[in-house]
Amino acid sequence: MGDKEVDPILSMEGICKSFPGVKALDGVDFSLWPKEVHALVGENGAGKSTLIKILAGVYKMDSGKILVEGRPVDISSPRQAQEHGISVVHQEFTLVPQMTVAENIMLSNMPSIPGLRSLVDKKTMVYESEKILNGLGVDIDVFAPVRLLTMAEQQIVEIAKALSGKTRILVMDEPTAALSNVEVERLFDVIRTLVSKGIAVIYISHKLEEVFRISHRITVLRDGRVVSSSPISEVTRNEVVKQMVGRELTTMYDRCKADIGGPAMEVKGLLLDPAGEPISFTVHEGEILGIAGLMGAGQIQLARALFGIGRTYGGEVLLRGRPASLSSPSKAVRSGVGLVTENRKEEGLVQLLSVSKNITITVLDAISRRGVLSSWMEDRIVTEKIEELDIRTPSPKQPVMNLSGGNQQKVVLAKWLAVDPDVMIMCEPTRGIDVGAKAEIYRLIGGMAKNGKAVLLISSEIPEVVGMSDRVLVLHSGRVVGELMGDECTQEAVLRLATGGSVVGA
Amino acid sequence: MLAPRPVIDILRRYGMTFILLAMIAALSFMNPRFFSVSNFLTIMRQVAINGALAAGMTMVILTGGIDLSVGGNVALAGCFAAGALQSTGNPWIAIVVALGVGLMIGMVNGFFVSYAKLPPFIVTLATLALARGFTLVYTEGRPILVDSPIFEVIGGGFLAGVPVPVLIVAVVYLIVGFVLNRTKFGRLVYAIGGNEQACRLSGVNVERTKMLVYVWCGLLAGLSSVILSARLLSAQPTAGTGYELDAIAAVILGGTSLSGGEGGVGGTLVGAFIIGVLANGLNLLNVSPFYQDVAKGAVILAAVLMDKAFHSTADAR
Repeated sequence: MGDKEVDPILSMEGICKSFPGVKALDGVDFSLWPKEVHALVGENGAGKSTLIKILAGVYKMDSGKILVEGRPVDISSPRQAQEHGISVVHQEFTLVPQMTVAENIMLSNMPSIPGLRSLVDKKTMVYESEKILNGLGVDIDVFAPVRLLTMAEQQIVEIAKALSGKTRILVMDEPTAALSNVEVERLFDVIRTLVSKGIAVIYISHKLEEVFRISHRITVLRDGRVVSSSPISEVTRNEVVKQMVGRELTTMYDRCKADIGGPAMEVKGLLLDPAGEPISFTVHEGEILGIAGLMGAGQIQLARALFGIGRTYGGEVLLRGRPASLSSPSKAVRSGVGLVTENRKEEGLVQLLSVSKNITITVLDAISRRGVLSSWMEDRIVTEKIEELDIRTPSPKQPVMNLSGGNQQKVVLAKWLAVDPDVMIMCEPTRGIDVGAKAEIYRLIGGMAKNGKAVLLISSEIPEVVGMSDRVLVLHSGRVVGELMGDECTQEAVLRLATGGSVVGA
Repeated sequence: MLAPRPVIDILRRYGMTFILLAMIAALSFMNPRFFSVSNFLTIMRQVAINGALAAGMTMVILTGGIDLSVGGNVALAGCFAAGALQSTGNPWIAIVVALGVGLMIGMVNGFFVSYAKLPPFIVTLATLALARGFTLVYTEGRPILVDSPIFEVIGGGFLAGVPVPVLIVAVVYLIVGFVLNRTKFGRLVYAIGGNEQACRLSGVNVERTKMLVYVWCGLLAGLSSVILSARLLSAQPTAGTGYELDAIAAVILGGTSLSGGEGGVGGTLVGAFIIGVLANGLNLLNVSPFYQDVAKGAVILAAVLMDKAFHSTADAR
């Protein structure tokens, strides 16, 4: 247990890290004692992943120091982190699906036949990997290819892989995101076994209910600072939620509410998963409907399904009262639905192309005659949108990759404003952009609603959803667990529902 | 935002043109016969076939794809056209057959790449083998004579002092250049090569565009087969062997990125000329054909390496 008599195995002191436009970490102190599970919680953007990436040698800190067992260490690469006994189990799996469990576990520490360094010693590999798995108290066939394992088994192999070195500090980033309840229990058993063997665990999770069951100590981060750090027995869940949310709603989200009109999009009994629960809701003209949930709660899947990406297993969607077939993105666009994806770089923009060409990609038909583009029609739209959205670019011919994140996001919005869809679905519209640009994006979203558009605002940043939306649906594990409006729609209430609690309070 | 860097930008845009001019200067210095109108016309005639293939290849590579089947396409289209000429005696029907065969192979490629979502490398490797196989089956391995005054004009004629194949390819480049730069389809070719998923999620019909790109490439291979059999006045079952590699080399030398989205047909023309000038120059210098391939490989590596150096200096701003 986190026993203060003993010296911490890890101390991070005064860690600072800035990215262009954001101070991600501002003097963070974090200590980890042997044999403890130390939870690290905070909203998205609070600085958890930045802190972990510094510890893992992925990012370089601007200032501060890291001590392992009281000695200052320099961690500037993932390899150095491993040499100091620090291993990270990332949220995304890093296993090679075709390779066997044993090969995956020993991937970075492949034993070789003595004297023949390039030949793999298969016997030792199997023996070592079985030993690690047995140590975790699990029974997984080490000869099975990883792709045949369940998510939970893969998660355990991932942990075993992290333990193949001389790990003393294990960081787990949202380890239960993909697991069912039974599987979570199994994972917890593994974590308890690890702790009993003297390994210290940093446990990052949004799911407070789980955090309170497994952890001994909890540290809350907010806006790059530590808000509190205490033994878990000294705080309640509601206190932690309050500490995570912290700030009051700022004026950032100020918007004059639009007049809410008739239903723009009605979703009836949509099944995203054959075994899941049907999802139904309606969004009206001029309304911003927020959809909140933790990462992986199904909100992104829902957004994509409404835009014709990914399978659905039943249900129907009505647009302005008429059944709509949204079986592909191009059909969705023609039916008047737009989607701002959560990953601007991968799916939002063609980075190589100019601002101008990115803006008009949705309206090429409108600016061409018999397939031949009209440059004056294109220039007119582009000039208008650059001005309307105040996109800061030296020239419309500038490749979008040279723009800042906020301006890139404005180009994404411009491309959709050019088509003028009736229903605008926005996933994480302010992810990775600085505060100033955020406010402008909020202004633009407010403007869309004002113009009678229906907006689905999907975000894991709860203040944003609460601040911007007329109404909020909360998703948890693929289910709609609540609908909040008016005074009852507070950050605390949304977070409580999203983390698996009830509306009344835990 | 970023200070302009004129020298770097010029190098980046016209680096290959400088390399071509340097090669021409060096070869003229080494052999006076190189620098003459008649030799330049010869070079242009030699570049014509690879040029036409490379124009289609540019479109395919701009979308991030590849078409390895063009060489086999040239052989099959040429032999079918020659067969049609022999049985009907009508050269126009033969030309239509050649273009038709090219178009069909392009459609097959396009279908499997866009709709069946198979990797273009594999699809076109397979259609290359298919085309070569069908050619041998159809011709039983024997060349077919092409005996037609129209074909003689296409292969060996002059119009206003310019060889007809050169004129044909010039028109091809004007058309392809226009299509790529001024049409909706061309815009989508670049956009899909830059980020296919972003295009799809902007409502673009990605599949249709990719399909069309392979159709264009096949059609231009059909046209090349006409020029080739018109020059040889026969259709060879083994014609076009290795043509796909020359076409790809021209595209890459021309600065089109193999991952798609960047480049253009103007650069490809320069690339095709680099290959053509090199072959012609080495011939005039009496270099053994065995060494010519070595030289070609070395020039491709060196040129691409230099181009990459220009680009990385430009990107490091």
